[in-house]
Amino acid sequence: MSDYNQMWSELGLDLEAHDVLLSVLGDAYQNIFMTQKNRPEGMKYFDFVMGEVHGLRIKELIDAKVQGRKVIGSYCVFVPEELILAVDSISVGLCAGAEFNFEGAEQVLPRNICALIKSAFGFKLGRVCPYIEACDLVVGENTCDGKKKAYEVLSSYIKDLYIIDLPQTKSNTGKMLLKGEYLKFIAKLEEISGKKITYENFKKAIDIVNAKRKAVLRLAELRKATPVPISGLDSLLINQIFFYDDPVRFTNSVNALCDELEERIKKGEGVFPEGTVRVIISGCPMAVPNWKVPYIVETSGAAIVGEESCVGERGTRWLTETKNSTTVEDLLENITDRYFKIDCAIFTPNPSRLDHIKEMFEKYYAKGIIHYNLQFCQPYIIESGPVEADLENNNIPTLRLETDYSQEDINQLKTRIEAFIERIKG
Amino acid sequence: MKIAGLDIGSRTVKLVVMDDSKILLKKKALNSYDPLNIVFNLLDSISYDYMVATGYGRHLVSEILSCTTISEIKAFAIGSRAINSSCRAVLDIGGQDTKVIHINEKGEVIKFEMNDKCAAGTGRFLEIMAHALNYNNIDEFSKAACSATKAETINNMCTVFAESEVISLISRGAKREEVALGIHKTIVGRSLGLLNRVAPSGDVVFAGGVALNECVQRLIIQELKRSVLVPPDPQIVGAYGAALYGQTKKMK
Repeated sequence: MSDYNQMWSELGLDLEAHDVLLSVLGDAYQNIFMTQKNRPEGMKYFDFVMGEVHGLRIKELIDAKVQGRKVIGSYCVFVPEELILAVDSISVGLCAGAEFNFEGAEQVLPRNICALIKSAFGFKLGRVCPYIEACDLVVGENTCDGKKKAYEVLSSYIKDLYIIDLPQTKSNTGKMLLKGEYLKFIAKLEEISGKKITYENFKKAIDIVNAKRKAVLRLAELRKATPVPISGLDSLLINQIFFYDDPVRFTNSVNALCDELEERIKKGEGVFPEGTVRVIISGCPMAVPNWKVPYIVETSGAAIVGEESCVGERGTRWLTETKNSTTVEDLLENITDRYFKIDCAIFTPNPSRLDHIKEMFEKYYAKGIIHYNLQFCQPYIIESGPVEADLENNNIPTLRLETDYSQEDINQLKTRIEAFIERIKG
Repeated sequence: MKIAGLDIGSRTVKLVVMDDSKILLKKKALNSYDPLNIVFNLLDSISYDYMVATGYGRHLVSEILSCTTISEIKAFAIGSRAINSSCRAVLDIGGQDTKVIHINEKGEVIKFEMNDKCAAGTGRFLEIMAHALNYNNIDEFSKAACSATKAETINNMCTVFAESEVISLISRGAKREEVALGIHKTIVGRSLGLLNRVAPSGDVVFAGGVALNECVQRLIIQELKRSVLVPPDPQIVGAYGAALYGQTKKMK
């Protein structure tokens, strides 16, 4: 690991704090992931990626920068990776999932702000995230009020922060706005990278991202099997790594894992004992290393068989159409169509999310829904009330949890989760 | 066969030992910084064949005592149902949490909710408020509240903020027992809000240590327009439910 010290220090990281972070992360990973039984062989690749998440992957980014490629960081599934790849740049997710340097974040942010935002600030201000330090451009987006106002604060700490505006309704004007914003984003990317978006590089980028999404959707599909061939924790991890890894290598690794899982399914092999209850997690995104709730769920007698989340199917379920397209304009239209379908709770109303939860409940033979809320995340918390009422009315048992990145409520969460599992087991 | 139900709560540990449908023994002890020691003392010279543990400390003992565990939600649902067969709603106000359980006609849990992760509006909240008002114990505090004819309004549910609110009310000359009644009303309002949301209909069993509080009891019965049963020993409902669960488990 010490090989990377020079690289980290050149990036301006606080080496001491960073060491602490890596050691906490390493321990958590060991306890949560490596203790799982009968994991697929194919997970070794993802273990390796996580082991090198601040090492080898960062070195790849630095090497690419030396060759003149740009690194573009973002915080949301509304920022199209296709556009970034089209200008031969690298896209990385910057969302953070650990309670790190919250004191620092609270110097510039109110205390009552969601952990995801606070964590991103904690990492930036504490200088422990090599990804954000390696970025040539950081892209924010106007999703919730928390994020859009926090970007105003963040702008004084980042040399180039670009904001994409987002619509809040699924209307024609909303879609026009999104398309206009993507057009502006293309101009920004072309300026940063010095490369033009052409039909060919755009189409190729769409194909790469479509293949990546297809691979994780294939993985999702395999989780329909009983016994389930892979844990929810491992599946979540793959969905998290989705945002960091080289897309082509990631796609190949997911597909290789899926080949193995298909063999497992044929043999009736699974990762949990018979009678394990199947649940779906729905709600706020879980960024690395936010594994708290899935870990509790899967050590309390249930298996997570799907994530209705930005880090999960909400973010990946739509592919971009490329048939019958001949121009950049056509592809831009198709990209807009694709991203406009994402059913984030910032949209009002947002009925397709509820439909999707019900669809996942049926499709993955789940017995219940765990609605996961980050404290102070207004859009999802407010939506959780009607979502819960509708699901329960349709005889879909639902447990609403509200938590943050701290570890102090583990016992309380465990009691609720165990009681919920008892309830759906009958 | 002797079946033990052990409920390790945040403030008290409760034990019930049953033989068939008969309760042989009930025991309670205040919990401490060393819950295992409390449990061992409680179990000293007690014999049983099978044990089911519940409460927040259930996982602490499951290996050491090689017992089965169930959540307190399930334990309270089973216990309350055995106490009143028409029970469809359980309100349990314990030392550090409040829970409401909705039960269907078959006795299955169909919905439950617990208070947030802080102890606002629980037994511990009452203890701290009694202390802030210089009452010697909860009983004295509850009796004083019952004697008041009107109540001061308490706005804060956070224990720390409520304590300073109480102190500032007193320093402004508010009557101690009226503040006491205000505190009790706050707890009741909050608990009934949860109850009416999660389990809006059916007979209620009111359990947990706070159900012993005469003033809370009276206010709940007054304000709730449905049948409320407070068991003679409301603290042991969880331990009793755990023991009953053990019986069905062993009969299988």
